Amino acid sequence: MTLMYFAWLKQKIGMGEEELTPHDNVVTVADLIDWLCSRGDNFATAFEDRDVIRVAINQEFAELDDPIAGAAEIAFFPPVTGGQT
Amino acid sequence: MIRVQQEDFDVGAEIKALTKGNPSIGGVVSFIGLVRDIAGDRSIDTMTLEHYPGMTEKMLARIEEEAQERWNLDASLIIHRYGPLNPGDQIVLTITASAHRQDAFEANEFLMDWLKTKAPFWKREAGADGDNWVEAKDSDDVAAARWSP
Repeated sequence: MTLMYFAWLKQKIGMGEEELTPHDNVVTVADLIDWLCSRGDNFATAFEDRDVIRVAINQEFAELDDPIAGAAEIAFFPPVTGGQT
Repeated sequence: MIRVQQEDFDVGAEIKALTKGNPSIGGVVSFIGLVRDIAGDRSIDTMTLEHYPGMTEKMLARIEEEAQERWNLDASLIIHRYGPLNPGDQIVLTITASAHRQDAFEANEFLMDWLKTKAPFWKREAGADGDNWVEAKDSDDVAAARWSP
């Protein structure tokens, strides 16, 4: 699957996109984050505060306990700040 | 219609194009968001907008669809820019056109409130003291929530 990182997550992780096949025991989005964090300090730092992490599965907003089975594209990003203040 | 683009837009030309050939339209409301040179007590030199290509278009189209369902609109348009912008630059345009003004006014406010919390854009502000990512505000969620059924 394709993993995407935006805004400060992209900066902290050091890349915007990667192709990965998570382990079989990675079932939910939260599992995926745990697994990513085990890959390096950059991930651990980026995902430190999960309250400010938003996720989209196949370009639809999702929750941390949603399953990732069948996902082609999973994106992680901070709360959105478009429009005008 | 929705458009996500780096280029600037011409509000007059967009209104003209959107309303052309539809004499049932009685009122047009447009909102234009601009980059400010002040954020809190910081002075801003440039603002850069990052977005999630693909999901952005999808979400904007859905927000527009929702507005079309809730109000009697003859036409609507959302343009959102991305990339580097300077104070005074236009960031976002929402146009709503309807037979009567109330639908156009309400739908326009709805579009802006919803896109602020649902469209995947992120702003980065740069000033003399460095740059930082803009944080989402609780007040934006409150503004969006008032349109919940």
